[in-house]
Amino acid sequence: MSGRGSHALTPYVAVVRARFGVLLQYRAAAIAGFVTQCWWGGIKVMVLTAFFAASAGAPMTLPQAIDYVWLGQALFTMLPWSGDPDVARMVRTGDVAYERLRPLDTYAFWYSRAVARRTANPALRALPMLLTAGVLLRVVGWSAYALRAPAGVAASLLFVASIALVIALSAAVSALIDALTVATLSDRGVTVLVSPLVIVLSGSLVPLPLFPDWLQPILRNQPFAGLMDTPFRIYTGNLAAGGAVFALARQAIWVVVLVLLGRVVMARVMSRLQTQGG
Amino acid sequence: MSQIIVEELTKTFRVAERRGGLFGFLRRRWREVHALQRVSFALREGELLGLIGPNGAGKSTTIKILCGILEPTSGRCEVGGLVPWRERIRHVARIGAVFGQRTQLWWDLPVADSFALLRDVYRVAPDDYRRALDELIALLDLERLLSTPVRQLSLGQRMRCEIAASMLHRPRVLFLDEPTIGLDAVAKLAVRDFVRTLNRDRGVTVILTTHDMHDVEALAERVMVIGKGQILADGTLASLRHDVLRERRLRVQFAEEIGDFEIPGTVIRHRSGLSVELSFDPRQTPAHALIADIAARYDVEDVHVDEPPIDEVVARFYARHELEAR
Amino acid sequence: MNALRLYGRYIATSIRSQRQYPASLITTSIGAFAATITDFVGIWALFARFRRLEGWAFGEVALLYGVVSVSFALADSLTRGFDVFGEQFVKTGDFDRVLVRPRSAVLQLLGYELRLTRIGRLAQGAFAWGVGAHLSGVEWSPASWAVLAFAVAGGIALFSGILMVQATLAFWTVESLEVANTLTYGGIEAGQYPLDVYARWFRNFLVFVVPIGCISYFPVSVVLGRVNALPYAFAPAFGFVFLGIALRIWTFGVRHYTSTGS
Repeated sequence: MSGRGSHALTPYVAVVRARFGVLLQYRAAAIAGFVTQCWWGGIKVMVLTAFFAASAGAPMTLPQAIDYVWLGQALFTMLPWSGDPDVARMVRTGDVAYERLRPLDTYAFWYSRAVARRTANPALRALPMLLTAGVLLRVVGWSAYALRAPAGVAASLLFVASIALVIALSAAVSALIDALTVATLSDRGVTVLVSPLVIVLSGSLVPLPLFPDWLQPILRNQPFAGLMDTPFRIYTGNLAAGGAVFALARQAIWVVVLVLLGRVVMARVMSRLQTQGG
Repeated sequence: MSQIIVEELTKTFRVAERRGGLFGFLRRRWREVHALQRVSFALREGELLGLIGPNGAGKSTTIKILCGILEPTSGRCEVGGLVPWRERIRHVARIGAVFGQRTQLWWDLPVADSFALLRDVYRVAPDDYRRALDELIALLDLERLLSTPVRQLSLGQRMRCEIAASMLHRPRVLFLDEPTIGLDAVAKLAVRDFVRTLNRDRGVTVILTTHDMHDVEALAERVMVIGKGQILADGTLASLRHDVLRERRLRVQFAEEIGDFEIPGTVIRHRSGLSVELSFDPRQTPAHALIADIAARYDVEDVHVDEPPIDEVVARFYARHELEAR
Repeated sequence: MNALRLYGRYIATSIRSQRQYPASLITTSIGAFAATITDFVGIWALFARFRRLEGWAFGEVALLYGVVSVSFALADSLTRGFDVFGEQFVKTGDFDRVLVRPRSAVLQLLGYELRLTRIGRLAQGAFAWGVGAHLSGVEWSPASWAVLAFAVAGGIALFSGILMVQATLAFWTVESLEVANTLTYGGIEAGQYPLDVYARWFRNFLVFVVPIGCISYFPVSVVLGRVNALPYAFAPAFGFVFLGIALRIWTFGVRHYTSTGS
């Protein structure tokens, strides 16, 4: 039957749409968040400029680092630094067992919610940030601090592909956090562990290429680099075409690994829920 | 001499109307809401007033002004000679307040710890505190509860503790905002007993808001109905009943099957098997005459005359004034 | 019972209350340590790469970072009641409960909770401070201790003032409180680097409007011997000025609340 595939996906699509609606209501929070992101980005850009003035020999140029910072501010909310607050609440209240009542694959269900969360927020926040950093800063005469266009056509296309993988990867991490939240009966321990790792290892804190050289092999191959560092280096041209394709493959591999890991944890947790009743 | 005087009290709020669009909250339009319009009443020391009315009628605005939390737009208000909002700190030291749905106790700590802290907040002298606490323990049967963390108390136990907490500094006026909300039957009775004792034996003036008409029936000699920011009725419950719904209800249990059944001056409310409920107006058809009439015509096993339930009276009153109940 | 003793009672009660959940206390504290130490890791990484920042060495910036971090950790721990004011007091109506008690609202909110989990942030601030003190080779005379103690006091006043202004906003809206985070968390972010890094207008903002520079950059510069002007050691006084203004704003907010009931 031809309609079967879309029919099976309908509930997940509905979930994504509903979550979008909820998130879009918090526009005041989004505007306030935007102000915060500008402040943060401004400080980082000024600090990096001062650092770059002191010495040469960094593995990326100052303009590349500035672009990296602004992109980071724009897409900050794509980072999976915590799980789904609803799942955390269900675990606290013990309602999580009712998730089994839904005629859905729980992992896929939570994964789609994570996709929505990691898409709706950035969608709302990225554009004003990009316009401010890319256009407004030039208009007011601070071109040196402004965000530049992507390094080229190829870089643009690869960047878009990489962002798609970021969402898939971020949702995989979120869903894994959710599963671990259920496994450990609290979101606290997992978040405490994961969120600093995500902030540091994604490049959100400091662009990964600026970390000491001896750390680079580790930083490049760990999964969180695929959350920010990969697309940003592609955008800025810090990663040439060949390296970019390789980096995309690395992102994809981590998506697969983390989804499988999440499914394994989820399966274990759910079978335990069924035998012990949560 | 009145302890609480309220004259021409008016409170008008400006409420922002939400507007759509991404920047809707920047372009607000304001609308005036008249929460209280020229409300006047007085309360003697030792009175117990039941304040009823649908949500949003102005009950909590009245209570907030009397507690000193809210400043009215115009009008006069004195409690024990103090203007609440102007001399808030002095005023609130002399009143007690229980907000039924909120706790004033520290959730994770034994009740006794909360009491000790409140003693310091209200500057109660150690001897006075000891005496007040002993009395409250005896009255409310708190002995076993004192060492229990608040989070482990049942709602009824907690409410007893809440009321005790608001009485530690021996206020002369007590505000009770929905004190029986969510309580089971036994706990409700306990709370009512205690409030009655405070009022009758200690002479504490009590202002009680509630949605439970049984609270009012059990406690309040005086009832005030607030609706749309105005006082719609002020008097005894009996007089309210008299104004609104004078009818009586007669339940008759017949000893044998009856066929068609109709008694002039009555309306049949329910009929099931051998039992029938009638309503009638006692001014036109006195109860004794009605019973005699029925007994003469049918074989009657039992009769029972009653007033309509108070909830119905109030609902009828709200309907008459076009108030939205709840 | 005077205000100070009552405050003591409140704090003792709050601590007893938090001790009911020792496991949560420990995880949250460790979490706070882990989450906040990342900033320090960032500074370390940049210095490992670039060595110097506007003539400042890693140890010197670490000391600056430590002072800001310790001040904020203490302020945040003390003023929890203001931090959660919108959510816990205005939205729920619990502020009415505060107003029916015969004590100042500020005292009751300060007494609401002494947040022990902030020990995590405090510990990482102290760690950075220690690293900075060691690497920058400061001579720890009583005078330098006094200067930094005053800096921390001024910092507590400043950050408390910011949180108080944030709480006041809650009387009007519970939506846009994230703006205040720009000043608190953003303030730490800005205050952990030497002011020389920033554009002039931003520097002026950090000295004259929200004087984070006054409670960190100036006193630390004095201690490090980077400037030889003693008056800079008294700059943290501006933190207290800010707190004074914040208190006025707060009082205005309370008056607004009691006249509109929000």
